[in-house]
Amino acid sequence: MTVQTERPPSGPADVRKADGGGTGRPRTRAAARAGALAPYLLLLPACAATVLLLGWPLLKDILLSFQNLNMGQLIQHVTEWNGVDNYKETLGSEDFWRVTLRSILFTAVNVVLIMLLGTLVGLLLARLGKRMRFTLLFGLVLAWAMPIVAATTVYKWLFAQRFGVVNWVLDKLGWHSMADYSWTSSQMSTFFVVTLLIVWMSIPFVAINLYAATTTISKELYEAASLDGAGAWRSFTTVTMPFLRPFLYATTFLEIIWVFKAFVQVYLINEGGPDRLTEILPVYAYVEGVGNQHYGMGAAIAALTILLLIGLTAYYLRIVLKQEEDEL
Amino acid sequence: MKRSLFGRLWPNATAVVLFIGFVFPVYWMFATALKPTGDILSEDPVWIPTNITFEHFRTATDVDHFWTYVTNSLTVTILAVVFSLVIALAGSFALARMRFKGRRGFIIGFMLAQMAPWEVMIIAMYMIVRDASMLNSLVPLTLFYMMMILPFTILTLRGFVAAVPKELEESAMVDGCTRAEAFRRVILPLLAPGLMSTSLFGFITAWNEFALVLVLNKDAEAQTLPLWLSSFQTQFGDDWGATMAASSLFAIPILVLFVFLQRKAVSGLTAGAVKG
Repeated sequence: MTVQTERPPSGPADVRKADGGGTGRPRTRAAARAGALAPYLLLLPACAATVLLLGWPLLKDILLSFQNLNMGQLIQHVTEWNGVDNYKETLGSEDFWRVTLRSILFTAVNVVLIMLLGTLVGLLLARLGKRMRFTLLFGLVLAWAMPIVAATTVYKWLFAQRFGVVNWVLDKLGWHSMADYSWTSSQMSTFFVVTLLIVWMSIPFVAINLYAATTTISKELYEAASLDGAGAWRSFTTVTMPFLRPFLYATTFLEIIWVFKAFVQVYLINEGGPDRLTEILPVYAYVEGVGNQHYGMGAAIAALTILLLIGLTAYYLRIVLKQEEDEL
Repeated sequence: MKRSLFGRLWPNATAVVLFIGFVFPVYWMFATALKPTGDILSEDPVWIPTNITFEHFRTATDVDHFWTYVTNSLTVTILAVVFSLVIALAGSFALARMRFKGRRGFIIGFMLAQMAPWEVMIIAMYMIVRDASMLNSLVPLTLFYMMMILPFTILTLRGFVAAVPKELEESAMVDGCTRAEAFRRVILPLLAPGLMSTSLFGFITAWNEFALVLVLNKDAEAQTLPLWLSSFQTQFGDDWGATMAASSLFAIPILVLFVFLQRKAVSGLTAGAVKG
């Protein structure tokens, strides 16, 4: 740390003391100041990148949301401020509220399914024998690793109207009206495919992490519970659940945030169709802004969505920070 | 007796059903890609490809600009990962090893940044890039991808740096290393598994990114593989063989990296600690 060419004369003990107290060796004032500045200098590139590449787009979005910016203004590079008109129009439009409600319902259904099924799969993993557990883990990791764009394309093929496997199976099971069913032709069936895709992709994360968490529960707790006469269900509710609760709580919020932002899955399955009936907020902002070239409006919708997400994120961080209080 | 047999059976039976459910889409992707078109477009599905053909892979890679997409994807992804690793390494060292004012604030800031709603900020990013006359360029893409993975990289590396025993660094300094040298010679080698697993997740994020490149780069010369993949269906109508071959090609690097590296990264960490 300091300028020193020779080995310190008196070995490790001395140095450790010096490091701990910080006064063992005389240091020049300049070196001390450099030492105090060092962490900030090390963090400077990361902070600069964050401000430039994340802060600026956020600010830009807010600025854009107060502008009347359509195709014409875009081409001519003119800035037309229009105050809160975009917000007034957005908040006054029936569409926006319908999409918001739809986004919330969509997120709720997905997250409930992910958490419920993910937890069950995780607990199942803990019960399985070694070989079976490894097999199921392998399957889960495979689904987890599947890139979103590739997975979405595969689901389109599974649910294809002609020659799709799902329709064939449903037909064989006796549901003959499904033999040539077009899954993207109605709102609910499109949402069904998207939900299945998202749940399939998200369960592995919950299940594997939950399983990892259960392995850290000490066996003695279960022994103590059974000595006290607790059955399987009771030891589950009194030992397993309290232990997993913080984990489940944090993961639920994480999933809410992820599903709420699920642009790619929804957009790629059916581009928000049919008739824009499966647009959730991020897709709505994109279609209004980029698709219909009402950039100012799109920015306003985006800003409102970001506000919602920041609220959710802040709540999530509060949970996490409470759990990791001592670690920070 | 009967009940206990049932008790032993149902978890395994459920596991088998679940395994099939999770693996089938992935299996079906590869199976379709390897089947001749006649077997794909058949009234009854051909469950196991017997007449294996690579014709669909040829169709998929014969598309105009295919190799441009590959090069672009690799360039953008690798550069984004490398830049973010370098920047994060410095930052995470400070956060893990030094005491200073505002440390907690920095950590919370990066946690917030990690959850940034990129999908919703596309319009603003488009305007910024357009005003800088950088549409259809790989530079903004690289920079934004780097930023998307930077917070995660910093926070994860912080954990890995903190896990390296402080005594190792100190004894290196006793042996005459400066702090920078101690970092390079002692900590960095022990960080290899951490660097590997963080770069793995960074790689996956950047490799998969779709929304931003969709808006920024309309020019095929500057597009990446996710766009190639999503454009397939419109280009080829119902050529599911080629579409699935494309999906397979796109997914294989990630699947391989994920399945192999994840385990290795974890075991490498403990091996490093024992050696230390």
